[in-house]
Amino acid sequence: MNFDLTEEHQLLRQTVRAFAEKEVAPGVRERDEQERFDRGVMFDRVGELGLAGIVFPEEYGGAEADYISYAIAVEELSRVCASTGVTLSAHLSLAANPIYMYGSEEQKKKYLVPLAEGTKLGAFGLTEPSAGSDAGGTKTTATLDGDEWVLNGNKIFITNGGDAEIYVIFARSDKTAQKHHGISAFIVEKGTPGFNFGRKEQKLGIRASPTLELVFENCRIPKANMLGKENEGFKIAMKTLDGGRIGIASQALGIAQGAFEASVRYAKERKQFGLPIANFQAVQFMLADMATQIEAARLLVYQSAYKASAGQSYAKESAMAKLVASETAMKVTTQAVQIHGGYGYTREFPVERMMRDAKITEIYEGTSEVQRIVIGTAITRD
Amino acid sequence: MFLELNEEQALIQQTAREFATVELAPHAAVLDQGGGHAVFLANLKKLAELGFMGLNVDETYGGSEAGVIAFSVAMTEIARACASTAVTVSVNNMVCEVIQVVGSEEQRQAYIPKICSGEYPAGAFALTETGAGSDPAGMTTTATADGDDYILNGAKIFITSAPYAGVFVVWAVTDKSAPKGKGISCFLVEAGTPGLVIGKTEEKMGQHASSTNEVLFDNCRVPKSALMGKLNDGFRVAVAELAGGRIGIGSLALGVGLAAMDCATRYSLERTQFGQKISNFQAIQWKIADAYTELEASRLLLMSAAFKKEQGKSFAKEASMAKVFATEAGNRACYEAVQILGGYGYTRDYPVERYARDARITTIYEGTSEIQRLIISREILRSFA
Repeated sequence: MNFDLTEEHQLLRQTVRAFAEKEVAPGVRERDEQERFDRGVMFDRVGELGLAGIVFPEEYGGAEADYISYAIAVEELSRVCASTGVTLSAHLSLAANPIYMYGSEEQKKKYLVPLAEGTKLGAFGLTEPSAGSDAGGTKTTATLDGDEWVLNGNKIFITNGGDAEIYVIFARSDKTAQKHHGISAFIVEKGTPGFNFGRKEQKLGIRASPTLELVFENCRIPKANMLGKENEGFKIAMKTLDGGRIGIASQALGIAQGAFEASVRYAKERKQFGLPIANFQAVQFMLADMATQIEAARLLVYQSAYKASAGQSYAKESAMAKLVASETAMKVTTQAVQIHGGYGYTREFPVERMMRDAKITEIYEGTSEVQRIVIGTAITRD
Repeated sequence: MFLELNEEQALIQQTAREFATVELAPHAAVLDQGGGHAVFLANLKKLAELGFMGLNVDETYGGSEAGVIAFSVAMTEIARACASTAVTVSVNNMVCEVIQVVGSEEQRQAYIPKICSGEYPAGAFALTETGAGSDPAGMTTTATADGDDYILNGAKIFITSAPYAGVFVVWAVTDKSAPKGKGISCFLVEAGTPGLVIGKTEEKMGQHASSTNEVLFDNCRVPKSALMGKLNDGFRVAVAELAGGRIGIGSLALGVGLAAMDCATRYSLERTQFGQKISNFQAIQWKIADAYTELEASRLLLMSAAFKKEQGKSFAKEASMAKVFATEAGNRACYEAVQILGGYGYTRDYPVERYARDARITTIYEGTSEIQRLIISREILRSFA
């Protein structure tokens, strides 16, 4: 066993941390308040650093690094700005990765390369108004008409929606098949006639990350844009989400780490009853629990990334990592606000935003409840 | 990063698992009810012969030289079957390690091989007193120089393995005028030394086969050569060695928690209510998912702390994190297991009742959860200086 990160991992962490602190941190409060996606800082620069396709082979524009590197990148970005973290996670795990795993050579050249190089932004369209945790309830349809598929329906809660150029979309291609069996995946480009954007969500947190509705009205896409095999879409979606959990778990880990560090600094400076509040056991115990839970979450996240890179099965491990990291982020940010007292409830301190940002990590890419079903099923099956 | 056991570690885990299943598990319930003392001691002897008493101790002294990760996985496997045996093995390993790290060459050769070989069923670690629990520096047992001897006087309590320990690592105040914690020294006292009296046996909630006793020193005279380490430097030693012991106790709690959830999961797959296996209900699935998730996080924290210790890096914070997390997760797993078994879980027909009692002490001994949190926060605040 060896728990040490490699020199490459450590160097990557330093590089991403320096970038995040120097370039991402300065506008974080303003972007949150204005609910503004600053693509230059939040994605283009991330791409220039080689992070947009960090895990993919060089021939497809990637950096050929492992999933631990990816986890570190998302963690470090999210430590400063959770919206920037999820932009990368949704782009890489949910859009680029299914194309890498299931795309044809032509699809990889045409779509994966610009995504991995960071010149185009990706998004993933699975969720619908009545198909959230139960993705098998997808109602958007894809009907074959000559050499084209015709898409009709609505997708909601789409991260990077509107700004992304390339979308991986799931639609029902066989209406007669059972729930999960008639769904296929498609690659849809922004600007395709019949593909429009609906309303932008107003959210509790990750406000700088755009979340939009996608509207398909007789949207015609070439047959060649089907991703993977016909009616294999549900499997593609689930495999994609296994990897996505590593990204979101890393995002949650970064949020928790940022809130923890802010809390330690504040506790050492803030004086009450004539002493820094860090001298009181009530605060010390909160800090100890925050640090311990973060360390546990970090080990689970890196273990799932390690297994993903080693080619081992990691569905249960990534569910555990996502469950623990997201619930840790929520607990830690809530305690961070508590340690900051009244100041923590104001926008003068970053923990107010971090607590709002943390909440979504328990919900998207599989709610905590769905993670528990994944874990429980895996255990009782063994 | 490489998160797999190596061949030797995997072999030790496998050996411990087989021994625990075949030799320990069948007797655990009897031991809990106060019987089987001879079997308990015989199994300690067999475990010594298999090399489990000095897993992180040099071969020169009869140890296995297998490292800290091997120690952790062995403790977990033994505890899956019998927590009383596991705690005895954990303390024996800690006693061997403290003698190897602090003792003179003579002391190492005199005692470590006897514990590792099973000639001594156990070693004992005598630190706690009635008024010195979480605050061991508050001890009042004294050691007074008298010619070529030291004379020990005082009372230690809650001493694991005292009736069958061959040697006791004893802390006593050697300089009453020194500031708190600065005038304490460490001694090796052999069983049978006149004035060393094994006092009352505690009646405990769990871990019944492991004897816990008062140990009295009544003008107990030991030669000057019984001093271990430097004079008045004993407290630092105690604090450092307890960090290693914490990996053992965390690993023990992990083993008990896994045993409880394995039992509860199997039960849930058989038990039918409302016309269905109770494993089909989300209320039960979630308990299983949460418990195994916390136990998996515990395992990683323990492995990471063990790895740091093995690398010779500072590991006090990591050991405390692993101990507090694993022992609290182990307790929750046991209580949820009782809940899943319902009324049956409250009876001795199933082992989860014993597991829940056995697990309870793990958040208390070798540093309470509260002390672990103090250690962790102290390290954090220091690192942000």
